[in-house]
Amino acid sequence: VTAARAPMPHNGTVSADLASPETRPPDAARRARRRGPTSLQALALLLVFGLTARPGLADLFTAPAFQAWAARFVAVCVQAFPFLVLGVVLSAAIAAFVPADFFHRVVPKRTALAVPVAGLAGAVVPGCECASVPVAGALVRRGVAPAAAFTFMLASPAINPIVVVSTFVAFPGNPEMVAARVAASLLAAVSIGWLWARLGKTEWLRLPQHRHHEDGKWPAFWAAIRHDFLHAGGYLVIGAAIAASLNTLVPETWLQPIADHPVLGVLALAVLAVLVSICSESDAFVAASLTQFSPTAKLAFMVVGPFVDVKLAAMQAGTFGRRFAARFAPAAFCAAVLAAALTGTVLL
Amino acid sequence: VRRDAQAIILLLVGGGMIRLAWTGDYLDYVKPYAFWLILPAGLILLAVAGVTAWQVWRERAEADDGHGHGEPKVAWLLLAPVVGMLLVAPDALGSYEAERTGTVLGAEEARSAYPELPDDTDPVPLTLLDYAARAIFDDGATLEGHRVQLRGFILYDGDEPQLARMVVSCCAADARPVKLGMEGEVPAGLEPDQWVEVVGEYSPRQGRDEINGELVPYIEVESVTGIPAPDNEYQ
Repeated sequence: VTAARAPMPHNGTVSADLASPETRPPDAARRARRRGPTSLQALALLLVFGLTARPGLADLFTAPAFQAWAARFVAVCVQAFPFLVLGVVLSAAIAAFVPADFFHRVVPKRTALAVPVAGLAGAVVPGCECASVPVAGALVRRGVAPAAAFTFMLASPAINPIVVVSTFVAFPGNPEMVAARVAASLLAAVSIGWLWARLGKTEWLRLPQHRHHEDGKWPAFWAAIRHDFLHAGGYLVIGAAIAASLNTLVPETWLQPIADHPVLGVLALAVLAVLVSICSESDAFVAASLTQFSPTAKLAFMVVGPFVDVKLAAMQAGTFGRRFAARFAPAAFCAAVLAAALTGTVLL
Repeated sequence: VRRDAQAIILLLVGGGMIRLAWTGDYLDYVKPYAFWLILPAGLILLAVAGVTAWQVWRERAEADDGHGHGEPKVAWLLLAPVVGMLLVAPDALGSYEAERTGTVLGAEEARSAYPELPDDTDPVPLTLLDYAARAIFDDGATLEGHRVQLRGFILYDGDEPQLARMVVSCCAADARPVKLGMEGEVPAGLEPDQWVEVVGEYSPRQGRDEINGELVPYIEVESVTGIPAPDNEYQ
């Protein structure tokens, strides 16, 4: 965690490019030229290319399969970006304006106790999973125990009030489904927190370095928004592309023979939740539409989805590092499936 | 990615979202309520782009050696949705998708009672999903004795034209079709993806969707009229 607070190494060449030719020392100019085209020039070239080649590009993209893929890809991005913006604004506000000792006062000292508190806090705060990843990053950076921050990250999108209402609407006359969803998600989120407190290693975490801000709160706020959005947004794009591809390419007929099997059905919907990456506010409607599957399988779909999916795993890799994501995503998946199976057997 | 390039990426993403909201094209991808999410988010991104550009300009004016931000390379990927939004601008999902996805009817739980259709309107406009639910779960009890008017696009199940509409719960990525078979006066030569207004009566005939085995209700068609695609093609 300490690495996260280390100042960003300053890079002189970049701003040397920005200096006007009169003030720029000759060696700096040569160095700049040696670096090849700057990102600004590359961007300008791309733009010119895109605008001039637009009619040709449009022709290239008329194949119905590509159009369907592109519609899904753009849809996931357009749906997720506003929540991501909300999340990065929130996390930037935490980073810039909340005093560092605030969380030390509010969060219980003992991690074993902080984890369930974080889980319950997640149930109150309405957050989408795209928003909760950068917020958890800001919490860890602010010195909150990672175990508690991760429990919050999982619980907040899984059982917030909006999700509870949408689940209630999607399963009319079936309130035990809502209860099972809340219970299973909370159980899994808290177990993951405790598991991290016991087995987690700080060196798996590699938080992207934030600029050391000595120049005031507002510049730090804007810099954090910009950095977090570009970073998490880039990974979100990877996840959106994967989700769109799977949605377009995997035929639905594959699910049919599995649906009747009690164990395979649960696993199939859990894997489906990982692949399709639907936001937690609306996954209940999709779960309800998978009528061939057992209630426990539908529950697993709703518990796994907000915990781990391809879009989230990509964003977690971006926010906390790949070594973290490679361990965290499978653990979250197993915990979610087990909690769903257990709760489903008891309640449904 | 240099900071001035970052500002441009932010400008493009934010501008693309505002353009979608402004032109109404966002309805091809998300639910109508998302307008109130997309527009403020786009404005915030524009503000961040503006602040970033202003900082870069000010630091250049001061010839300050400032702070390099050769940071996230992954930010380049944000240009992909910009290309998608502004250049490719894919249409709403239509018959191509619907022919490959099972009908969604199972999403609608059977209700105990369906409200009676009004007697003073003829034909009664209904959504495809409402008609299908009344036909399947209520055996058409509330549909008998009424002419109904449905809107949707055409798709082909083999040689047989069907009427369909995409149902979206979150965004177009989870779009699934609700399908309706047509019998009676079905004109030949209907084009896939053509939007039509169908007037007809309840038919007790039911078929099965080959993809997921769900029931597909039928309508006894009286007339089929071509209409322009609605602003919001999803339901």
